[in-house]
Amino acid sequence: MRLSEKEISEKLESVNLPLSIKEALRAGLQGQQVTEVQFNEIISTVESDYEHSRVEPCEAVGVVAAQSIGEPGTQMTMRTFHYAGVAEINVTLGLPRLIEIVDARKIPSTPTMTIRLNQDYAHDRDLAREVAWAIESSSILHLGSIATDLAEMNVLIELNPGALEQRKITATEVADKLKEETGLAVALKENLLVMAPEEPSYRELLQLVEKIKRISLKGVEGIKRVVIRKEGDEYILYTEGSSIKKVMQFDGVDPAKIKTNSINEIGEVLGIEAARNAIINEATDTLREQGLSVDVRHIMLVADIMTVDGEVKQIGRHGVSGEKASVLARAAFEVTVNHILDAAIRGDVDDLKGVTENVIVGQPIQLGTGDVKLVANKR
Amino acid sequence: MTKFTVKDHDMVPEHVLLTPEESAAVLAEFGIEAPQLPKIHVTDPAAKEIEAKVGDIIKIMRKSPTAKQSIFYRLVID
Repeated sequence: MRLSEKEISEKLESVNLPLSIKEALRAGLQGQQVTEVQFNEIISTVESDYEHSRVEPCEAVGVVAAQSIGEPGTQMTMRTFHYAGVAEINVTLGLPRLIEIVDARKIPSTPTMTIRLNQDYAHDRDLAREVAWAIESSSILHLGSIATDLAEMNVLIELNPGALEQRKITATEVADKLKEETGLAVALKENLLVMAPEEPSYRELLQLVEKIKRISLKGVEGIKRVVIRKEGDEYILYTEGSSIKKVMQFDGVDPAKIKTNSINEIGEVLGIEAARNAIINEATDTLREQGLSVDVRHIMLVADIMTVDGEVKQIGRHGVSGEKASVLARAAFEVTVNHILDAAIRGDVDDLKGVTENVIVGQPIQLGTGDVKLVANKR
Repeated sequence: MTKFTVKDHDMVPEHVLLTPEESAAVLAEFGIEAPQLPKIHVTDPAAKEIEAKVGDIIKIMRKSPTAKQSIFYRLVID
Protein backbone atom coordinates (compact mmCIF):
# COMPACT_ATOMS: atom_id res chain seq x y z
CA MET A 1 0.00 0.00 0.00
CA ARG A 2 1.67 3.20 -1.15
CA LEU A 3 0.67 6.36 0.64
CA SER A 4 -0.65 9.19 -1.52
CA GLU A 5 0.80 12.68 -1.11
CA LYS A 6 -2.40 13.79 0.52
CA GLU A 7 -2.22 11.05 3.12
CA ILE A 8 1.42 11.92 3.86
CA SER A 9 0.45 15.53 4.33
CA GLU A 10 -2.35 14.65 6.69
CA LYS A 11 -0.22 12.29 8.73
CA LEU A 12 2.55 14.87 8.97
CA GLU A 13 0.10 17.39 10.41
CA SER A 14 -0.53 15.25 13.45
CA VAL A 15 3.16 14.64 14.19
CA ASN A 16 4.61 16.58 17.10
CA LEU A 17 7.62 18.17 15.41
CA PRO A 18 8.60 21.77 14.62
CA LEU A 19 7.15 23.22 11.45
CA SER A 20 10.53 23.54 9.76
CA ILE A 21 11.24 19.82 10.17
CA LYS A 22 7.76 18.93 8.98
CA GLU A 23 8.26 21.00 5.88
CA ALA A 24 11.64 19.43 5.19
CA LEU A 25 10.02 16.01 5.56
CA ARG A 26 7.20 16.95 3.24
CA ALA A 27 9.65 18.18 0.61
CA GLY A 28 11.79 15.07 1.01
CA LEU A 29 8.86 12.70 0.76
CA GLN A 30 7.39 14.37 -2.28
CA GLY A 31 7.19 11.98 -5.21
CA GLN A 32 8.59 9.14 -3.12
CA GLN A 33 6.89 5.81 -2.94
CA VAL A 34 6.46 5.01 0.73
CA THR A 35 4.24 2.53 2.47
CA GLU A 36 2.62 3.24 5.79
CA VAL A 37 5.16 1.08 7.63
CA GLN A 38 8.07 2.90 6.01
CA PHE A 39 6.48 6.24 6.74
CA ASN A 40 6.05 5.41 10.41
CA GLU A 41 9.66 4.29 10.58
CA ILE A 42 10.87 7.54 9.02
CA ILE A 43 8.82 9.54 11.47
CA SER A 44 10.01 7.64 14.52
CA THR A 45 13.67 7.98 13.41
CA VAL A 46 13.24 11.72 12.91
CA GLU A 47 11.42 12.06 16.22
CA SER A 48 14.12 10.23 18.16
CA ASP A 49 16.87 12.28 16.46
CA TYR A 50 14.97 15.43 17.30
CA GLU A 51 14.63 14.37 20.94
CA HIS A 52 18.39 13.72 21.06
CA SER A 53 19.20 17.14 19.65
CA ARG A 54 17.14 19.00 22.22
CA VAL A 55 18.68 20.75 25.16
CA GLU A 56 18.59 18.57 28.26
CA PRO A 57 16.73 19.83 31.30
CA CYS A 58 19.16 21.49 33.75
CA GLU A 59 21.58 22.36 30.99
CA ALA A 60 23.29 25.71 31.66
CA VAL A 61 22.11 27.38 28.46
CA GLY A 62 22.79 30.87 29.77
CA VAL A 63 26.48 30.18 30.34
CA VAL A 64 26.76 28.57 26.92
CA ALA A 65 25.05 31.56 25.30
CA ALA A 66 27.30 34.00 27.18
CA GLN A 67 30.41 32.16 26.01
CA SER A 68 29.14 31.84 22.47
CA ILE A 69 28.47 35.54 22.13
CA GLY A 70 31.38 36.66 24.28
CA GLU A 71 34.14 34.79 22.48
CA PRO A 72 33.43 36.21 18.98
CA GLY A 73 32.87 39.53 20.73
CA THR A 74 36.55 39.67 21.63
CA GLN A 75 37.35 39.75 17.93
CA MET A 76 35.06 42.65 17.18
CA THR A 77 36.61 45.93 16.28
CA MET A 78 36.52 48.84 18.61
CA ARG A 79 35.96 51.04 15.57
CA THR A 80 32.74 52.84 16.26
CA PHE A 81 31.61 54.41 13.06
CA HIS A 82 30.75 53.22 9.67
CA TYR A 83 29.26 55.05 6.78
CA ALA A 84 26.34 53.29 5.14
CA GLY A 85 26.57 53.79 1.41
CA VAL A 86 27.67 56.79 -0.60
CA ALA A 87 25.23 59.12 1.09
CA GLU A 88 27.10 58.62 4.33
CA ILE A 89 24.70 58.08 7.16
CA ASN A 90 26.52 57.45 10.35
CA VAL A 91 25.70 54.25 12.23
CA THR A 92 27.34 52.76 15.28
CA LEU A 93 28.54 49.24 14.60
CA GLY A 94 30.78 46.62 16.10
CA LEU A 95 31.32 46.15 19.80
CA PRO A 96 29.88 49.51 20.90
CA ARG A 97 26.64 48.69 19.11
CA LEU A 98 26.44 45.21 20.64
CA ILE A 99 26.94 46.72 24.09
CA GLU A 100 24.25 49.26 23.31
CA ILE A 101 21.81 46.47 22.44
CA VAL A 102 22.34 44.39 25.57
CA ASP A 103 22.37 47.51 27.74
CA ALA A 104 18.91 48.36 26.38
CA ARG A 105 19.75 52.03 26.05
CA LYS A 106 16.74 54.29 25.73
CA ILE A 107 18.16 56.08 22.71
CA PRO A 108 20.91 54.56 20.58
CA SER A 109 23.92 56.75 19.90
CA THR A 110 23.06 56.94 16.20
CA PRO A 111 19.33 56.44 15.72
CA THR A 112 18.39 55.62 12.16
CA MET A 113 15.36 54.36 10.28
CA THR A 114 15.00 52.33 7.13
CA ILE A 115 11.82 53.30 5.34
CA ARG A 116 10.38 51.29 2.53
CA LEU A 117 7.81 52.86 0.25
CA ASN A 118 4.49 51.68 -1.14
CA GLN A 119 4.45 49.98 -4.50
CA ASP A 120 3.26 53.19 -6.20
CA TYR A 121 6.12 55.21 -4.79
CA ALA A 122 8.96 52.74 -4.58
CA HIS A 123 9.93 52.77 -8.23
CA ASP A 124 9.63 56.48 -8.93
CA ARG A 125 12.59 58.60 -7.99
CA ASP A 126 10.63 61.86 -7.93
CA LEU A 127 7.91 60.50 -5.68
CA ALA A 128 10.50 58.98 -3.37
CA ARG A 129 12.23 62.34 -3.16
CA GLU A 130 8.93 64.04 -2.33
CA VAL A 131 8.37 61.67 0.61
CA ALA A 132 11.94 62.24 1.74
CA TRP A 133 11.47 66.00 1.78
CA ALA A 134 8.18 65.71 3.60
CA ILE A 135 9.81 63.63 6.34
CA GLU A 136 13.07 65.51 6.70
CA SER A 137 12.93 68.18 9.33
CA SER A 138 13.41 71.59 7.67
CA SER A 139 14.97 74.41 9.58
CA ILE A 140 15.25 77.98 8.41
CA LEU A 141 18.73 77.30 7.07
CA HIS A 142 17.30 74.83 4.55
CA LEU A 143 14.89 77.43 3.24
CA GLY A 144 16.96 80.57 3.08
CA SER A 145 19.44 82.69 4.95
CA ILE A 146 19.27 84.50 8.26
CA ALA A 147 20.96 87.77 9.08
CA THR A 148 20.87 90.43 11.79
CA ASP A 149 20.42 94.14 11.31
CA LEU A 150 22.18 95.78 14.22
CA ALA A 151 21.04 99.28 13.36
CA GLU A 152 17.37 98.35 13.49
CA MET A 153 17.81 95.53 16.01
CA ASN A 154 16.03 93.16 13.64
CA VAL A 155 16.45 89.61 12.47
CA LEU A 156 16.13 89.38 8.70
CA ILE A 157 15.24 86.07 7.13
CA GLU A 158 15.48 85.87 3.41
CA LEU A 159 13.62 82.88 2.02
CA ASN A 160 14.66 81.15 -1.14
CA PRO A 161 11.55 80.63 -3.36
CA GLY A 162 13.12 77.59 -5.01
CA ALA A 163 13.73 75.88 -1.66
CA LEU A 164 10.22 76.74 -0.51
CA GLU A 165 8.70 75.09 -3.53
CA GLN A 166 10.92 72.04 -3.25
CA ARG A 167 9.91 71.46 0.35
CA LYS A 168 6.28 72.36 -0.31
CA ILE A 169 5.94 75.13 2.23
CA THR A 170 4.85 78.73 1.67
CA ALA A 171 6.37 81.88 3.13
CA THR A 172 3.14 82.50 5.08
CA GLU A 173 3.36 79.07 6.65
CA VAL A 174 6.94 79.74 7.68
CA ALA A 175 5.89 83.06 9.21
CA ASP A 176 3.00 81.45 11.11
CA LYS A 177 5.18 78.68 12.43
CA LEU A 178 7.83 81.14 13.61
CA LYS A 179 5.18 83.25 15.29
CA GLU A 180 3.78 80.19 17.05
CA GLU A 181 7.16 78.97 18.26
CA THR A 182 8.68 82.27 19.39
CA GLY A 183 5.56 84.21 20.35
CA LEU A 184 6.92 87.25 18.53
CA ALA A 185 5.42 89.26 15.69
CA VAL A 186 6.63 88.37 12.23
CA ALA A 187 6.43 90.87 9.38
CA LEU A 188 6.27 89.28 5.96
CA LYS A 189 7.26 91.19 2.83
CA GLU A 190 7.47 89.04 -0.30
CA ASN A 191 10.13 86.54 0.69
CA LEU A 192 11.63 88.57 3.47
CA LEU A 193 10.68 87.94 7.10
CA VAL A 194 11.49 90.53 9.74
CA MET A 195 11.44 89.74 13.45
CA ALA A 196 12.51 91.78 16.44
CA PRO A 197 13.36 90.51 19.95
CA GLU A 198 11.25 91.63 22.89
CA GLU A 199 13.94 93.94 24.16
CA PRO A 200 16.28 95.63 21.72
CA SER A 201 19.52 94.27 23.12
CA TYR A 202 22.42 92.72 21.26
CA ARG A 203 22.30 89.62 23.42
CA GLU A 204 18.59 89.02 22.90
CA LEU A 205 19.02 89.46 19.19
CA LEU A 206 21.68 86.78 18.92
CA GLN A 207 19.71 84.46 21.14
CA LEU A 208 16.69 84.88 18.90
CA VAL A 209 18.76 83.95 15.86
CA GLU A 210 19.91 80.75 17.58
CA LYS A 211 16.36 79.95 18.59
CA ILE A 212 15.02 80.44 15.08
CA LYS A 213 17.73 78.18 13.68
CA ARG A 214 16.61 75.35 15.95
CA ILE A 215 12.90 75.50 15.09
CA SER A 216 11.64 72.64 12.96
CA LEU A 217 9.40 74.25 10.36
CA LYS A 218 8.25 71.21 8.50
CA GLY A 219 8.72 67.47 8.57
CA VAL A 220 9.33 65.22 11.55
CA GLU A 221 11.25 66.69 14.42
CA GLY A 222 14.49 64.88 15.06
CA ILE A 223 14.89 63.58 11.52
CA LYS A 224 17.99 65.49 10.60
CA ARG A 225 18.63 63.93 7.25
CA VAL A 226 16.93 61.63 4.80
CA VAL A 227 18.90 59.82 2.15
CA ILE A 228 17.46 57.95 -0.81
CA ARG A 229 19.14 54.82 -2.02
CA LYS A 230 18.27 52.53 -4.84
CA GLU A 231 18.36 48.86 -3.93
CA GLY A 232 17.40 46.55 -6.74
CA ASP A 233 14.68 48.46 -8.51
CA GLU A 234 13.32 50.00 -5.35
CA TYR A 235 14.06 53.32 -3.71
CA ILE A 236 14.60 53.07 0.03
CA LEU A 237 14.91 55.96 2.46
CA TYR A 238 17.48 56.03 5.22
CA THR A 239 17.21 58.61 7.93
CA GLU A 240 19.38 60.14 10.57
CA GLY A 241 17.16 60.28 13.63
CA SER A 242 14.25 58.04 14.41
CA SER A 243 10.52 58.48 14.96
CA ILE A 244 8.58 55.58 13.51
CA LYS A 245 5.25 56.55 14.99
CA LYS A 246 5.15 59.82 13.07
CA VAL A 247 6.72 58.56 9.88
CA MET A 248 4.20 55.70 9.62
CA GLN A 249 1.48 58.20 8.87
CA PHE A 250 3.10 59.70 5.79
CA ASP A 251 1.64 59.01 2.37
CA GLY A 252 3.76 56.66 0.36
CA VAL A 253 5.46 55.05 3.36
CA ASP A 254 4.87 51.34 3.81
CA PRO A 255 4.11 51.25 7.55
CA ALA A 256 4.45 47.47 7.78
CA LYS A 257 8.09 47.50 6.70
CA ILE A 258 9.44 50.51 8.54
CA LYS A 259 12.48 49.70 10.66
CA THR A 260 14.50 51.54 13.26
CA ASN A 261 17.58 50.66 15.26
CA SER A 262 16.01 52.09 18.41
CA ILE A 263 14.80 48.98 20.24
CA ASN A 264 13.09 50.99 22.92
CA GLU A 265 11.06 52.87 20.35
CA ILE A 266 9.93 49.61 18.76
CA GLY A 267 8.90 48.38 22.19
CA GLU A 268 6.78 51.47 22.73
CA VAL A 269 5.17 51.64 19.31
CA LEU A 270 4.88 47.99 18.29
CA GLY A 271 5.01 46.07 21.54
CA ILE A 272 7.27 43.74 23.44
CA GLU A 273 7.23 40.91 20.91
CA ALA A 274 8.39 43.26 18.16
CA ALA A 275 11.11 44.51 20.50
CA ARG A 276 12.26 40.94 21.01
CA ASN A 277 12.47 40.47 17.25
CA ALA A 278 14.33 43.75 16.97
CA ILE A 279 16.94 42.65 19.53
CA ILE A 280 17.49 39.41 17.63
CA ASN A 281 17.76 41.16 14.27
CA GLU A 282 20.00 43.97 15.46
CA ALA A 283 22.37 41.66 17.35
CA THR A 284 22.64 39.20 14.47
CA ASP A 285 23.20 41.98 11.96
CA THR A 286 25.87 43.61 14.12
CA LEU A 287 27.73 40.32 14.49
CA ARG A 288 27.33 39.37 10.85
CA GLU A 289 28.58 42.74 9.68
CA GLN A 290 31.82 41.96 11.49
CA GLY A 291 32.05 38.59 9.80
CA LEU A 292 31.14 36.65 12.92
CA SER A 293 28.50 33.98 13.01
CA VAL A 294 26.81 33.19 16.29
CA ASP A 295 24.01 30.66 16.41
CA VAL A 296 20.74 32.54 16.50
CA ARG A 297 19.51 30.42 19.43
CA HIS A 298 21.99 32.07 21.77
CA ILE A 299 20.79 35.49 20.71
CA MET A 300 17.17 34.38 21.00
CA LEU A 301 17.83 33.35 24.59
CA VAL A 302 19.30 36.75 25.37
CA ALA A 303 16.35 38.49 23.70
CA ASP A 304 13.90 36.30 25.60
CA ILE A 305 15.40 37.02 29.00
CA MET A 306 15.53 40.73 28.20
CA THR A 307 11.82 40.86 27.31
CA VAL A 308 10.38 38.30 29.74
CA ASP A 309 8.86 40.89 32.07
CA GLY A 310 6.96 42.71 29.36
CA GLU A 311 9.45 45.53 29.02
CA VAL A 312 12.92 45.69 27.58
CA LYS A 313 15.42 45.46 30.39
CA GLN A 314 19.18 45.42 30.16
CA ILE A 315 21.55 42.61 30.92
CA GLY A 316 23.38 44.18 33.82
CA ARG A 317 23.16 45.76 37.19
CA HIS A 318 19.80 47.44 36.61
CA GLY A 319 18.28 44.53 34.75
CA VAL A 320 18.74 40.79 34.54
CA SER A 321 21.84 40.46 36.73
CA GLY A 322 20.46 42.83 39.35
CA GLU A 323 17.31 40.77 39.74
CA LYS A 324 18.96 37.49 40.64
CA ALA A 325 17.54 35.91 43.75
CA SER A 326 20.90 35.12 45.31
CA VAL A 327 22.75 37.81 47.26
CA LEU A 328 26.16 36.28 46.53
CA ALA A 329 25.47 36.05 42.81
CA ARG A 330 24.51 39.73 42.71
CA ALA A 331 27.50 40.71 44.83
CA ALA A 332 29.81 38.80 42.50
CA PHE A 333 28.66 40.88 39.54
CA GLU A 334 28.93 44.57 40.38
CA VAL A 335 28.83 46.87 43.43
CA THR A 336 29.72 44.05 45.79
CA VAL A 337 29.73 45.96 49.06
CA ASN A 338 26.30 47.54 48.56
CA HIS A 339 24.66 44.21 47.91
CA ILE A 340 26.20 42.49 50.89
CA LEU A 341 25.47 45.45 53.14
CA ASP A 342 21.82 45.68 52.04
CA ALA A 343 21.42 41.93 52.46
CA ALA A 344 22.88 42.11 55.98
CA ILE A 345 20.52 44.92 56.95
CA ARG A 346 17.49 43.08 55.59
CA GLY A 347 18.62 39.75 56.94
CA ASP A 348 18.48 38.02 53.54
CA VAL A 349 19.04 34.30 53.22
CA ASP A 350 20.95 32.74 50.34
CA ASP A 351 19.69 29.29 49.40
CA LEU A 352 22.84 28.47 47.41
CA LYS A 353 20.84 27.12 44.52
CA GLY A 354 22.62 28.81 41.64
CA VAL A 355 26.03 28.38 40.05
CA THR A 356 27.84 31.54 41.14
CA GLU A 357 27.06 31.30 44.82
CA ASN A 358 28.17 27.67 45.00
CA VAL A 359 31.45 28.51 43.30
CA ILE A 360 31.96 31.26 45.89
CA VAL A 361 31.42 28.99 48.86
CA GLY A 362 33.37 26.14 47.26
CA GLN A 363 30.61 23.61 46.78
CA PRO A 364 29.93 21.55 43.67
CA ILE A 365 27.52 23.47 41.43
CA GLN A 366 24.10 22.00 40.86
CA LEU A 367 24.57 21.29 37.18
CA GLY A 368 25.66 18.29 35.17
CA THR A 369 27.35 15.77 37.47
CA GLY A 370 26.87 18.14 40.39
CA ASP A 371 23.14 17.79 40.01
CA VAL A 372 23.16 14.05 40.67
CA LYS A 373 22.51 13.04 44.25
CA LEU A 374 23.26 9.54 45.46
CA VAL A 375 21.42 7.98 48.30
CA ALA A 376 22.67 4.75 49.86
CA ASN A 377 20.24 1.93 49.56
CA LYS A 378 20.33 0.23 52.97
CA ARG A 379 19.51 -3.41 52.71
CA MET B 1 -6.07 53.09 2.39
CA THR B 2 -7.15 51.17 5.45
CA LYS B 3 -5.78 52.37 8.73
CA PHE B 4 -2.52 50.82 9.73
CA THR B 5 -2.63 48.68 12.82
CA VAL B 6 0.25 47.37 14.86
CA LYS B 7 -0.41 43.75 13.94
CA ASP B 8 0.21 44.52 10.26
CA HIS B 9 3.84 45.28 10.93
CA ASP B 10 6.36 42.72 9.77
CA MET B 11 8.01 42.50 13.16
CA VAL B 12 4.84 41.89 15.18
CA PRO B 13 3.87 38.21 15.43
CA GLU B 14 0.25 37.14 15.67
CA HIS B 15 -1.24 37.62 19.15
CA VAL B 16 -4.28 35.56 20.09
CA LEU B 17 -6.32 36.07 23.22
CA LEU B 18 -7.06 32.76 24.98
CA THR B 19 -10.41 31.92 26.51
CA PRO B 20 -10.38 30.95 30.22
CA GLU B 21 -10.73 27.25 29.24
CA GLU B 22 -7.79 27.45 26.84
CA SER B 23 -5.75 29.30 29.47
CA ALA B 24 -6.42 26.56 32.02
CA ALA B 25 -5.40 23.93 29.49
CA VAL B 26 -2.11 25.74 28.79
CA LEU B 27 -1.29 26.01 32.48
CA ALA B 28 -2.13 22.35 33.03
CA GLU B 29 0.05 21.35 30.09
CA PHE B 30 3.12 23.05 31.58
CA GLY B 31 2.15 22.34 35.18
CA ILE B 32 2.59 25.94 36.29
CA GLU B 33 0.63 28.82 37.76
CA ALA B 34 -0.25 31.86 35.65
CA PRO B 35 2.25 34.24 37.37
CA GLN B 36 5.09 31.96 36.28
CA LEU B 37 4.44 32.82 32.64
CA PRO B 38 6.36 35.58 30.86
CA LYS B 39 4.53 38.90 31.07
CA ILE B 40 3.09 41.49 28.75
CA HIS B 41 1.76 44.88 29.84
CA VAL B 42 -1.90 45.81 29.21
CA THR B 43 -0.54 48.99 27.70
CA ASP B 44 1.49 47.04 25.16
CA PRO B 45 0.33 48.15 21.69
CA ALA B 46 -0.14 44.57 20.50
CA ALA B 47 -2.10 43.62 23.63
CA LYS B 48 -4.29 46.70 23.35
CA GLU B 49 -5.16 45.78 19.81
CA ILE B 50 -6.76 42.49 20.84
CA GLU B 51 -8.33 44.19 23.87
CA ALA B 52 -6.62 42.02 26.43
CA LYS B 53 -7.38 42.58 30.10
CA VAL B 54 -5.18 42.07 33.15
CA GLY B 55 -5.04 38.37 33.98
CA ASP B 56 -5.65 37.16 30.43
CA ILE B 57 -3.20 34.89 28.70
CA ILE B 58 -2.06 35.75 25.20
CA LYS B 59 -0.83 33.13 22.80
CA ILE B 60 1.86 34.40 20.48
CA MET B 61 2.68 32.65 17.23
CA ARG B 62 6.26 33.65 16.68
CA LYS B 63 8.16 33.23 13.48
CA SER B 64 11.24 31.33 14.53
CA PRO B 65 14.45 31.22 12.48
CA THR B 66 15.05 27.65 13.63
CA ALA B 67 11.63 26.06 14.03
CA LYS B 68 9.78 28.28 11.54
CA GLN B 69 6.99 28.76 14.01
CA SER B 70 7.04 28.64 17.76
CA ILE B 71 4.29 29.25 20.23
CA PHE B 72 4.77 31.46 23.25
CA TYR B 73 2.48 32.53 26.05
CA ARG B 74 2.41 35.76 28.00
CA LEU B 75 0.33 36.77 30.98
CA VAL B 76 -1.21 40.23 30.79
CA ILE B 77 -0.18 42.44 33.72
CA ASP B 78 -0.66 46.13 34.39
